[in-house]
Amino acid sequence: MQEAIQKTVQRTTIPFGPQHPVLPEPVHLKITVEDEIIKEVVPALGFVHRGLEKLIDIRDFHQMIQVVERVCGICSMIHAMCYVHGIEELMKIEVPPRAKYLRVIWSELHRIHSHLLWLGLFADSFGFESVFMQFWRIREKILNIDEATTGNRIIVSVNVVGGVRKDLSQDQMRWILDELDQIEQMTTQLESTLFEDYTVKKRTIGKGLLPSRQAVELGIVGPTLRASGVAQDMRQLGYAAFKELDFEPVTENNCDCWARCRVRYREVLQSIDLIRQAISKIPAGEINVKVKGRPQGEVITRVEQPRGELLYYIKANGSKNLDRLRIRTPTFANIPALFTMLPGMWLSDVPVIVLSIDPCISCTER
Amino acid sequence: MKKMLGKIIASTRMKSPWILHFDCGSCNGCDIEVLACLTPVYDIERFGMVNVGNPMHADILLVTGTVNHRNKKVLTNLYDQMPAPKVVIAIGACGLSGGIFRDAYNVVGGVDRVIPVDVYVPGCPAKPEAIIDGAVLALKKFEVLRQQKLAV
Repeated sequence: MQEAIQKTVQRTTIPFGPQHPVLPEPVHLKITVEDEIIKEVVPALGFVHRGLEKLIDIRDFHQMIQVVERVCGICSMIHAMCYVHGIEELMKIEVPPRAKYLRVIWSELHRIHSHLLWLGLFADSFGFESVFMQFWRIREKILNIDEATTGNRIIVSVNVVGGVRKDLSQDQMRWILDELDQIEQMTTQLESTLFEDYTVKKRTIGKGLLPSRQAVELGIVGPTLRASGVAQDMRQLGYAAFKELDFEPVTENNCDCWARCRVRYREVLQSIDLIRQAISKIPAGEINVKVKGRPQGEVITRVEQPRGELLYYIKANGSKNLDRLRIRTPTFANIPALFTMLPGMWLSDVPVIVLSIDPCISCTER
Repeated sequence: MKKMLGKIIASTRMKSPWILHFDCGSCNGCDIEVLACLTPVYDIERFGMVNVGNPMHADILLVTGTVNHRNKKVLTNLYDQMPAPKVVIAIGACGLSGGIFRDAYNVVGGVDRVIPVDVYVPGCPAKPEAIIDGAVLALKKFEVLRQQKLAV
């Protein structure tokens, strides 16, 4: 009798998604379990695929800025910045220094809002709803800044080829600094809850281990890689004005969900510091230059998105439509991490581990 | 007796409609605005609305984003599983017509190509205020549906 029961429960395949209470986005995982221990994970993608890269046939290279912003709504400004860097390199445009600093300010605001959003969702994944509410309350302050300075809450659309569209006045910068002080204070208040609480530790420490060697072999990027102790950050390349600002990549050595949470939490504070530095150093002058001509040649640009390294390959032939646009997103690079993290874990840990790589299906599938 | 019971059910549905959110290929802009509606600043729960994960518990279906060839089956599945009376809210430019993606090869178009839509919320992304307004309009729709049922 005992043997018969064991045989029947030996292997079960459980579908996870595409519509699931924890995931805000549609992704389908086929999880094979033995008893309650996960043995195998097979993802099925394609629920959000739209075919954005092909839109280059219809839209010209200026209009494509609006399209690439909608690859992912959460980090839209950084996508546009990466694309615009590529086009500027092809057309040999020198961007005014003030525009570079403004790009840093808005991209770091986007990083803060993305990380706060993630910290909230992560807390929600193990059922800590009040922390979710608290982080999203802080995040609304960032969205207020976005709305006041650019006119939209999420998709800010400030980048144009040759600079930025909007300028920040002295008053606005002073107000941003005040708000950042409040955001920093509110975020640090939540630190002890998130990292020292007994139940939170129980759900995150030692879950979803990804040793640093394996992370490098799989090509993992961003906070997921930095939580495995590898100090790799594309901002070290010094694009926009990052080469004039002072910062160190945040790393943690625990390699688990707790470390990933810690890295993102510390990056919020790091981004606040970067915005303060940028505002103190910002030079006066023009915010964009006039653009003439059309791009020609091919180029690869890389920037650091909240989720990791973002790579754009652009090939242009001198006409108003591009020849090829290839987008490699960090979330796509991080999906293989799940195959190493999930096997051996309990089924109830799946939401926590899946969220720990910060999945953005809209980025992954474009 | 039956009439009274119907009245009670209708009034409770107006006081506490449960919503189901499905991301149907949007860029996440509208999704995080839908989630923002649930958080303290906007707090859609003051209308008694609760976000549930099970379509069989839901009264209102919030759909964000364009429909593509793969997820249209998922969308119709969810819609069919919801008990009547049900109301569908399409959110964002993509949900209305396909928006900026309407020319892409894998895009079918707006949500109304697949399932009937009652309330359209424009914007790219739609603001939380607009989404809350759409949800309140959906509540009125329940009253209309009840009147129609009584007339029959």
